[in-house]
Amino acid sequence: MKIVKSLKLMVVAAAASSLAMSVSAQDLKGAGSSFVNPLFQKMFSQYTAAKVDYQSIGSGGGIKALTEKTVDFGDSDAPLNDEQTTKIGGASAVLHIPMTSGAVVVTYNIPGVTAALNLTGKDLADIYLGKVTKWNSPEITATNKGVALPDLPIVVIHRSDGSGTSFIFTDYLTKVNPDWASKVGKASAPNWPAGLGGKGSEGVAGLVKQTPGAIGYVELAYAIQNKMPYASMQNKGGKFIAPTIAATTLASNVAIPADTKVSVTNTDNEKGYPIASFTWALIYKEQNYGGRSKEKATQLLKMLWWNIHEGQKFCEALNYAPLSKSAVKAAEAVLKSATYDGKAIL
Amino acid sequence: MYTKTLNFVENKRLELSDSQLKWEIFFKRLLIVMSAILVLVIIGVLVTLIQKSMPSIKSLGIGFLWGKVWDPVQNIYGAYPFLIGTLLTSFTALIISIPFSYAIAIYLGEYNQKGWLSDLLKNAIELIAAVPSIIYGFWGIFVLVPIVRSLEIKLGVAPFGVGICTSSLVLAVMIIPYSASLGITLIRMVPSPLKEGAYALGATRFEVIRNVVLPFTRTGLFAGVLLSLGRALGETMAVTMLIGNTSAIGNSFKEIFFGPSNTMASVIANEFNEADHDLYVSALIELGLVLFFVTVVVNLIGKRVISKASKN
Repeated sequence: MKIVKSLKLMVVAAAASSLAMSVSAQDLKGAGSSFVNPLFQKMFSQYTAAKVDYQSIGSGGGIKALTEKTVDFGDSDAPLNDEQTTKIGGASAVLHIPMTSGAVVVTYNIPGVTAALNLTGKDLADIYLGKVTKWNSPEITATNKGVALPDLPIVVIHRSDGSGTSFIFTDYLTKVNPDWASKVGKASAPNWPAGLGGKGSEGVAGLVKQTPGAIGYVELAYAIQNKMPYASMQNKGGKFIAPTIAATTLASNVAIPADTKVSVTNTDNEKGYPIASFTWALIYKEQNYGGRSKEKATQLLKMLWWNIHEGQKFCEALNYAPLSKSAVKAAEAVLKSATYDGKAIL
Repeated sequence: MYTKTLNFVENKRLELSDSQLKWEIFFKRLLIVMSAILVLVIIGVLVTLIQKSMPSIKSLGIGFLWGKVWDPVQNIYGAYPFLIGTLLTSFTALIISIPFSYAIAIYLGEYNQKGWLSDLLKNAIELIAAVPSIIYGFWGIFVLVPIVRSLEIKLGVAPFGVGICTSSLVLAVMIIPYSASLGITLIRMVPSPLKEGAYALGATRFEVIRNVVLPFTRTGLFAGVLLSLGRALGETMAVTMLIGNTSAIGNSFKEIFFGPSNTMASVIANEFNEADHDLYVSALIELGLVLFFVTVVVNLIGKRVISKASKN
């Protein structure tokens, strides 16, 4: 009897799983940035209208998957570069929709110093270029009067793996220091002129914590969760801004172009924190491809619409910065421009 | 027709039934197919590596091997710093590991062949090989790095902690089991008449090992060491966590040895995920191809030495 019973159970289980399989064929699939993954997981667990399966494989991988049309949407911490744009079918083929913004903070380990340092972008770039090598050099003490900075060599720490965080960081340095722009430039894994590489945020954080005199950079959320000290950065307006969620949101509260492909590092907003960036969901503008149903295209757009409105309330608890008003407006316009057979979906 | 009669004749002679014979043939074919699949897989890997690195080979040429700059932003790719990093970490690890693996092999092969202590040691060595490499990486970060850093402060070099020296130390631990366990087997295989003869002539244990056991197993032990080198060359995770991941290469040997560096495997592990243009991806794959060849060459040399040793 027991055997019969367990056999019956097996049949039911098999039927149930095959049923689940057939449902999951209708699920929305996404892949890309690992930076946005915790937020997406939270959002998609709360979103009831469709099941969304997001794989955090890195921005580059997400773009590749979308180019190969194996996912419904990608997510990248940087807008598509020229080569990626050509491959995916031109600039008009794909839409960038800002999902949230994040800040990259500069963290350090100076024995005896607990105060938050003030740094300018130019000096930060000079530190990463290996030109400023001591914590008590005049460039740093000039903006930190009253802080007793020791005569300690600066150990520069950067990400060793290709990462959106590095892209945002180097994008900022490129804007504020011409020397950096000509020698290194912006990339998710540039040719770092100085210092050590740590793998992942935890690798950078580990090296910074262990090495006296170290300076490194991690996402704001990571620094807050791990109680690491971080510097206030001087923005374009000349103010030193502490990285907070509010200051990160303000960074993107600027005029946003219609395609939303804008770098908001070194923001014009004078209360904004300067090392911040959007992460973008990427979808095809024309949704009728590869035999997709109109139903699925509508589902996808509704989900993204929900993300930029109701979904934003999950940002702050996870230390992401909600989209600014101007960003939401721009994102709405972009979503409305998506078509199925040339006709608007939303 | 002919084969059928032949089968029939053979069946009679061996008293095998048709089904037995069929099974015999089927089994043999199965073995051949399985081995052929393995060969195909390795050839397939090689072909894919070559094919995918073609864009980089075409645009960078042979200069890829000694280019000193790796700059994805400007599309300049040179493997030289990583080649040096890979060879330096692996050979340093090898040199550190040799005394340990030889000592273990001699102790367990000759002095203490049976009993609980011998079993315990042998299991412990096998365990070293079974520990996942990321755990060695963690151990390195939390234990070795601070030790190496304090050493570097004493030596007056930049106290990074991570770098070639630290990676080599961890690699040395990781590769000991490979040469040690081969060594144990080889030393136990030394014919007893040889050893007994030496003892009968009044040789001490040390003299027997030096004059009989080691000369008898020298080439085999060396081959074991070469095989463990193959493992060191390709090790990725632990090295990536400990090497400091810098493409720049130091000026003096001291700077290079204690400073951060990069190996071919660690560069691939670090950068492949986010490589955002074709030439970049292709250059990374070509790096994999170079690593493939380096490992194959080292393994072939090892095999050759073994086959020569077994002929003697």
